[in-house]
Amino acid sequence: MSTADIKLNPVEVEKLKAACAELNNEPGELINALHKAQSLFGYLPAEVQEIIAEEMNVPVAKVYGVVTFYSFFTMTPKGKHPISICTGTACYVRGADKVVEEFKKKLNLEVGETSEDGKFSLSCLRCVGACGLAPVVMVGEKVYGRVSPDGVAEILEEYAD
Amino acid sequence: MEFVNLIIDKKPVKVKKGTTVLHAAKEAGIDIPTLCYMKLDDVGIENKPGGCRICVVECKGRKNLAPSCATEATEGMEITTNSMRVLNARRTVMELILSDHPSDCLVCAKSGNCELQDMAHKLGVRDIPFKGEQSTYKEDFSPSIIRDMDKCIMCRRCEMMCNKVQTVGALWAINRGFESVVSPAFEMDLEKSTCTYCGQCVAVCPTAALTEVDHTKNIIRALADPNKTVVVQAAPAVRAALGEEFGMEPGTLVTGKMAAALRALGFNSVFDTDFSADLTIMEEGTELLGRLQKHLDGDKTVKLPMLTSCCPGWVNFFEKQFPDMLDIPSTARSPQQMFGSIAKTYYADKIGVKREDMVVVSVMPCLAKKYECQRDEFKVDGNPDVDYSISTRELADLIKGANIDFNKLPDEDFDDPLGESTGAGVIFGATGGVIEAACRTAYEVFTKKKLEKVDFEQLRGMEGIRSATIDFDGLPIKIGIAHGLGNARKLLEDIRAGKSEYHAIEIMACPGGCIGGGGQPLHHGDSSILKARTAAIYREDANKPIRKSHENPSIVKLYKEFLGEPCGEKSHKLLHTHYFDQNKK
Repeated sequence: MSTADIKLNPVEVEKLKAACAELNNEPGELINALHKAQSLFGYLPAEVQEIIAEEMNVPVAKVYGVVTFYSFFTMTPKGKHPISICTGTACYVRGADKVVEEFKKKLNLEVGETSEDGKFSLSCLRCVGACGLAPVVMVGEKVYGRVSPDGVAEILEEYAD
Repeated sequence: MEFVNLIIDKKPVKVKKGTTVLHAAKEAGIDIPTLCYMKLDDVGIENKPGGCRICVVECKGRKNLAPSCATEATEGMEITTNSMRVLNARRTVMELILSDHPSDCLVCAKSGNCELQDMAHKLGVRDIPFKGEQSTYKEDFSPSIIRDMDKCIMCRRCEMMCNKVQTVGALWAINRGFESVVSPAFEMDLEKSTCTYCGQCVAVCPTAALTEVDHTKNIIRALADPNKTVVVQAAPAVRAALGEEFGMEPGTLVTGKMAAALRALGFNSVFDTDFSADLTIMEEGTELLGRLQKHLDGDKTVKLPMLTSCCPGWVNFFEKQFPDMLDIPSTARSPQQMFGSIAKTYYADKIGVKREDMVVVSVMPCLAKKYECQRDEFKVDGNPDVDYSISTRELADLIKGANIDFNKLPDEDFDDPLGESTGAGVIFGATGGVIEAACRTAYEVFTKKKLEKVDFEQLRGMEGIRSATIDFDGLPIKIGIAHGLGNARKLLEDIRAGKSEYHAIEIMACPGGCIGGGGQPLHHGDSSILKARTAAIYREDANKPIRKSHENPSIVKLYKEFLGEPCGEKSHKLLHTHYFDQNKK
């Protein structure tokens, strides 16, 4: 029945199990367990969902149902440098959509995808609370303000390594 | 008891507090159409996600239309179920559902027996004005069940059966909006999921999203092959339901007509699974008494309770979900498989037919039987003991296809020797029947006294979990019964926790037992049909001249001529099996 074919870091797995125990392995806490897992692993591969199903006493079909229902949860691993473009109202009216297009073109990726070399992933988010700097882009924890399509190449340059 | 008064379609109605508008209307003789809603009263099953919106009604003072299945009747409510606004909304909802449903009714497996088709007709839909994208999914073929999710309308009845009733957890709604569909985890094939093939999802699916694997063509081919001897067995529950497919009242017994129809179809021998049910009692009953005697002698290694093993959905369930408890069920094979094994050895020898030239067909109320007969343990050099298992519905299709007027058939008997059976064999079809049959034989063998009253009324009924203590001449034998896998889970968890006090437990995967099996004529949510079938089973038993398995002359002869002793060496080879942890496959 197991679809597991990824090796998970056993230390992280133990952390996940501990987090589930902290939620009293209560089936009603499934969403909280998924949040915990996504913060530990960055995404929710099948293997992680199977562990959660086991620990939280819910069918794995239900776990998958919840993961695929909420757009916050993702089964795609984030890149080494996750790029998030704010498309909240302020950023949007100041041209975030054009910035998104430029990133898509430069990286040859759709929103929600990760590059094959695992270096970059592209996602959109709604408001990081820095509307004064709109449009805002985040790469990892670093915030870039007043980004224009022309500035995209320069940002990517920083991560050329 | 608190009551509320309301008005539905200008009629004053008084109902118990807590009643839904849908049921309040029903009490007033108003039949509000429903699609996703389904209720089986006696077995406590209800599906009311309020999702399809077909059952909407107008509620005075409320802006939006209300789904009557999920709206509680309250004091002073004024409901209109048939206003212009309601009728238009209902039809629009149906048109929208149909806009994302294939229009292949002419060649669809469920055509003529499809709740969606019926409802579209009832609502007078003559056109689908909404043209848009249609959702498509990969078809999923398992040994028993086919999933064609293009035809799923998200009523979520299957999800309810799979999780709430059966606690199998194979199916769940995934994704959202237009993309949403019911699926196993990670969209894996059913075969790889926790599915037990109990078929209860198929039994409640309103469309052809979930159907059985159809073996009727293989059978027509085998019957047409002059080099094959084709032998058929029909399960106990089939005779209590087959008539429904031909317009008869639920609960009509068609044992004789069924035998006649099978003979008319061209089967060389028409036999009865009731015969091998009697054989199962000999083996399982002997095994139980053996375990019980050792237990009474103080042997602590003996596992009790012993669980029955005739239900293949149940076997899949414990193999997948309780792999630590594989030594608790009886090792006796199911009646279907005992029949196949004896047919291809004892009977084949008797009539001088080689194993490979014999085709054994079973007619079952069950879809898990299709998987069971394909299991490697039940094959000899790759040749299965039972070649094809068809459902009650498929048999009806075969009969109709062969131009046989079922209603006009005379009553005929089964053939000898594998057609002779007792009342104990026939009650296998209802929940509690297997253990009652076992008690009839075990009592006499254990106490060496004649059982005066063969009816164990205390073992019958529709309660999900039942228990009774049977007096074995001073020794109280504690019996447990569960039907529906969710109920079975509760008993299993007690055993695992060391809290179970039973000596023997009967488990059937389907609510009601085999009479409610996944391969039976569709009940469309009417639980009175299940009750009528159960009554028919016990009627057949009461009318049998012999009602105890060990008194079946053909069974006595089989042991004398061929098998030797119950649970003897030959029996072990031919009539017993072993179980696997299916997670390790």
